[in-house]
Amino acid sequence: MPTELIHLWSDNAAASLAIWLFVLVLAMYLGRSQSHALLQALARSIYRSARLGARALSRAQQQLRERNRAVLQSAGEQQLQRAIEREFVRVNSIITRDLAHYPSLHRQISDTVSKIEKDYEAAIDTPPMPPAWVEVVETVAAIPRSGDAAVAKILDKIHETVESAQAESLQAYQKSSQVSHKLLSRMQPLWRKLDGDLADVKQRVDSLEDRASVIDGFMTEYRAIRSGAQEAMARLTSSSLTQFFVSALVLIIAVFGGLINFQLIAMPMSEMVGGTSYIGAMKTSDIAALVIIMVEIAMGLFLLESLRITHLFPMIGSMDDKMRRRMVWITFTILTVLATIEASLAYMRDLLALDREALKQSLAGASVVEANFRWIPSVGQMVMGFVLPFALAFVAIPLESFIQSTRTVLGMFAEATLKVLAVVCRLLGAVVQQMVRFIIHLYDLVIMVPLAFERWISAGRARMAKSNDSRTEPGLDYSEV
Amino acid sequence: MTYLRVNTGLIIAALLLTLVGCGETRPQHRAVYLLMDTSGTYTEELAKAQGIMNYLLATLDSGDAVAVARIDSGSFSEKDIVAKATFDERPSVANQQKRAFKQQLDVYVKSVRHGSRHTDITGGLLQASEFLNETGAGEKYVLVFSDLEEDLEKGHIRDFPIALEGIRVVALNVTKLRTDNIDPRDYLRRLEAWQKRVVEGGGQWAVMNDLERLDQLIAAR
Repeated sequence: MPTELIHLWSDNAAASLAIWLFVLVLAMYLGRSQSHALLQALARSIYRSARLGARALSRAQQQLRERNRAVLQSAGEQQLQRAIEREFVRVNSIITRDLAHYPSLHRQISDTVSKIEKDYEAAIDTPPMPPAWVEVVETVAAIPRSGDAAVAKILDKIHETVESAQAESLQAYQKSSQVSHKLLSRMQPLWRKLDGDLADVKQRVDSLEDRASVIDGFMTEYRAIRSGAQEAMARLTSSSLTQFFVSALVLIIAVFGGLINFQLIAMPMSEMVGGTSYIGAMKTSDIAALVIIMVEIAMGLFLLESLRITHLFPMIGSMDDKMRRRMVWITFTILTVLATIEASLAYMRDLLALDREALKQSLAGASVVEANFRWIPSVGQMVMGFVLPFALAFVAIPLESFIQSTRTVLGMFAEATLKVLAVVCRLLGAVVQQMVRFIIHLYDLVIMVPLAFERWISAGRARMAKSNDSRTEPGLDYSEV
Repeated sequence: MTYLRVNTGLIIAALLLTLVGCGETRPQHRAVYLLMDTSGTYTEELAKAQGIMNYLLATLDSGDAVAVARIDSGSFSEKDIVAKATFDERPSVANQQKRAFKQQLDVYVKSVRHGSRHTDITGGLLQASEFLNETGAGEKYVLVFSDLEEDLEKGHIRDFPIALEGIRVVALNVTKLRTDNIDPRDYLRRLEAWQKRVVEGGGQWAVMNDLERLDQLIAAR
């Protein structure tokens, strides 16, 4: 068909092609203005559509940003509310645990103070030493014994009596001083106790102050989030991304743990549900093993939810405490039962593996050798079978974190995608516009010969018109008439 | 309210039916039939057949079926089946079955003193295809442990097509006869003739003389 078309005008291909070219150029020349209008209209419509699309995408991105901001804000608020709540619980526990004993502590301190007071009073009752004993003794001793033996004797007697009275008085004073010292030394532990009690009170008050400053910090942050401060929002976004990656990592680790768990119980499960039955493309025993693991994870979720560690199910969180405690015990019991089943399955797996090994050895013609310390891997498998369900139960924590952070991360991803799409739309519109300009120029390039001819004729006509105008009277413009 | 209950009941019933339907055993199991040539000097090769069977027992799983039969003067008979078993779905029971199977085979190999006078391979194949089709297995194998030289008793008719749809026939340890050494084309012709019969019967044909490559014998799971 194309060759027929080429030879339509002449048997000579070159001549025929030349005719075709002429026809084409002529057609293009004749339809130039229409083609240009068509191309421009097409470019305009594509450009406008692209701009419209970009605007719609930008608006959607704006809405999504607001929604993401609201989600982030709400998550941050919730997180801080929980933290503040926890701090208040701590303050409450400090008050109930420590400051509830304050009346007895106060009584203790006042008892100690009154004891000290009493002892102090007892200590100051000590009679003071008679002030002039020494002077009296010296005065009596200094009276001259002037020859009279009787006077001298009397004076000596008086001196002796005064001296012995002084000695007695001194002895009594020393004794009372000793009692005072004893009383004062008895006060020392009381002072120490008082000091200790006051230090205790100070420590408790200090810890309360610490908690109060932590609460203040949280409150400041909470206010910043409520007001939508840029810095607080940036901190929340970064925290969300960190949470996303960390929880994803922990979940991957949990998946590996689950796989090991599955390997432990899948084979012995075929002893219980049979190894030849299939559900779809999977063995029923494999599905049963998976179900056990899933139920363990579900029980773990409920357990942590009942303990109010996670908040995935508001219904469990809002249960009354009695019911919640019951739920804790029920889920813990089920988890323990499942862990025990897993441990026994792990043991069975070991027995089956031993049996299979023995069979293989006998089939290979070798005598069955009893390996030493076979109990070690058996016990190890049983312990793993028992521990792994409890370890998997804690998956609830990273799962909650992952779910919460995924909302933010997905929102951010969608926002970025919309932004990129809007830019692409704008770019597409501009590219199409430029392309159409290029095509129009290309079009004119193809028909440049007739165009040049047209320009030449137009220029000739213009020249002629100009010469005609110059021949008419100057200053008279007919068009104005 | 009653309408709602009826609807819920119907949905639960449908779900249960779906689950029960899904729970049916899929025809993924394997069935293997080992034909042992007991004619003439080939009886000396039976120890190798024992080795193959031990390998098979270690390879097959719960739900798989296995049978060992001898190629006799007239092999299309239940009496020629030395041992057969379909392994239980419980692995521990399956292991016990394998032990019992091995014991049966050992006793039989020990008891073989004289070879049969004739070699009815076709009869054995017919018997094998019957057994394999009855098992309803997804993968069916006939392992022919023989030199493939058929020697029929007078009056036995075996020149008709054998139905072997979906069965993979593997010739194992095809020993060369004295005449093959003189003219190897006899050996090649013999193999070709059997291949033609098996393929015409709808089966697949393979030869495995190197018993070191037993791991290629049955599709691994």
